[in-house]
Amino acid sequence: MLSIKNLHARVEAAEILKGLSLELPAGEVHAIMGPNGAGKSTLSYVLTGRQGYEVTDGTATLDGEDLLSLEANERAARGVFLSFQYPLEIPGVPAMTFLRTAMNAQHKARGEPEISATDFLKRAREVAGQLKMDFDMLKRPLNVGFSGGEKKRMEIFQMAMLSPRLLILDETDSGLDIDALKIVADGVNALRRPDRAMLVITHYQRLLDYIHPDKVHVLAAGRIAATGGPELAHELEREGYDKYARAA
Amino acid sequence: MTLSLALEARDLSQLPSRRDEDWRWTDLRGLIRELPAPSPEVSADLSPGPFGDEGQAELLVVNGRVWGDVGLLTLAEGEARVVRLRFVSATAATGHGIKLAVSLAPGAHLTLLESYEGQAPDYLADAALNVRLETGARLERIVLASDHAEGVSVSTASVSLAPGAGFAQTVLTDGARRQRLETRVEHPGQSAAVRMDGAYLIADRRHADLTTAVNHAGTDGTTDQLVKGVVADQGRGVFQGRITVSPGADRTDARMGHHALLLSDRAEVNAKPELLIFADDVACAHGNTVGALDEDALFYAQQRGIPEAEARAMLTEAFIGEVIDRIVHDGAREVARAWAAKRRVG
Repeated sequence: MLSIKNLHARVEAAEILKGLSLELPAGEVHAIMGPNGAGKSTLSYVLTGRQGYEVTDGTATLDGEDLLSLEANERAARGVFLSFQYPLEIPGVPAMTFLRTAMNAQHKARGEPEISATDFLKRAREVAGQLKMDFDMLKRPLNVGFSGGEKKRMEIFQMAMLSPRLLILDETDSGLDIDALKIVADGVNALRRPDRAMLVITHYQRLLDYIHPDKVHVLAAGRIAATGGPELAHELEREGYDKYARAA
Repeated sequence: MTLSLALEARDLSQLPSRRDEDWRWTDLRGLIRELPAPSPEVSADLSPGPFGDEGQAELLVVNGRVWGDVGLLTLAEGEARVVRLRFVSATAATGHGIKLAVSLAPGAHLTLLESYEGQAPDYLADAALNVRLETGARLERIVLASDHAEGVSVSTASVSLAPGAGFAQTVLTDGARRQRLETRVEHPGQSAAVRMDGAYLIADRRHADLTTAVNHAGTDGTTDQLVKGVVADQGRGVFQGRITVSPGADRTDARMGHHALLLSDRAEVNAKPELLIFADDVACAHGNTVGALDEDALFYAQQRGIPEAEARAMLTEAFIGEVIDRIVHDGAREVARAWAAKRRVG
């Protein structure tokens, strides 16, 4: 599914990713853990095509297709979805309008027919019901005045509606109390499928009690410093990142 | 000094210049080197204006001449009406002016769908409205200015309110070679209420100036103002808003907001918000911001699959949407929404 080889990237003059390699097969969930400043968010922005993040070397492919040469919206249409650490507020654009615009743009990019208003509404009601979301929330401007938990739930809602192949969750646990965390994790777990891969970026092990990863990678100083099973997350929780930060 | 005086007296020195503080960003004397010939009388253009067939009646003004019944703008006690008022500049390289009176008896209710339509380049057009609202009368004025890119146009509305009257307006413009849309309100307080909104969407080398002045003379009056602008290319937007609270005008509640987005390095916004307060016990607030489109929001939309150009358009339209949502007349609000979608800049 996702294959990253020797990825180097910089933001302005600073090199943040320094030869990162990672294989994420379809059907698996991998966690990326690391100390602050290791390059976790940079990785998610480089993979999704944010401006200002310059790739200087290496490759990233999704099912063999080069991701790095595509615009951000083209990557989205190929099935790459980033759940933001801090989802943006978009005043004046109802959540439904935003999502339907996004969905139809993706359909158009893939040469599929537009989704009709009725079909969209039907699907939105279904998904909102599954996520125990108040449907009226979708009529409000996207994320405006939403609590941290509501914003994250709205991310999961968009994810479920857009049905991406590669999910990148950037610090999805930040700012969530334990109840909100469970709801978000349940939403993510419900999206696990053999043809879908997930990259869960997190600083703390907490989220991984609810979203069980197949593998855990430690990102330190711009590269993968260690890879292991779920037990690695517990080790990091006990011993911290010092060992890896020093080794780098 | 006004364009109207210059046109009447055929005297260039009557044009306001950058030396007049109120006109420093909308210099006419430096722009106009000679006065054009007076506009000819041409027959009324019958194609529909930007408000289509909204409302019950139309008053057409072509090249400064009225076609129709000016009595449409005079409402008797308790009367209610929706009128399209169209100012059309039809002839290139000519100049014209018009003065009209709008008069609402007590309790009357007028919705004025006012349009400025430039059908030829290089005109000088002046329009002056004298508006009087008696006790309890209400006027909602929606102005849609679609001047020619090479037109020069000045519109001035002088509004005086009786206690308990309500005046609400929304001015929408995409500018002209030089254009000023000015509104002056004499506010008596005493439960009279004013809303003065505006939106400008400027591209190319166009210029639009939204100038307003409200003078609160009595107690317990409200003014609520929201003006938003989006300027691209080498466009220029001007906002001058002055709210004066005269001595004794206690318990005035006045709020002014002006927010603009600059979409290019060469776009320009000149803003002068002024609150002049000479009374105690008032609630006055103003906010003024000029900035770029939120890059984080832009990336967020792109990440969900929306191409950059479409994402920019969506965000700017939403930005202006806040002004349009406040239009009360349903038909006019939809016309305004369509206008904003079509005039997408940047």
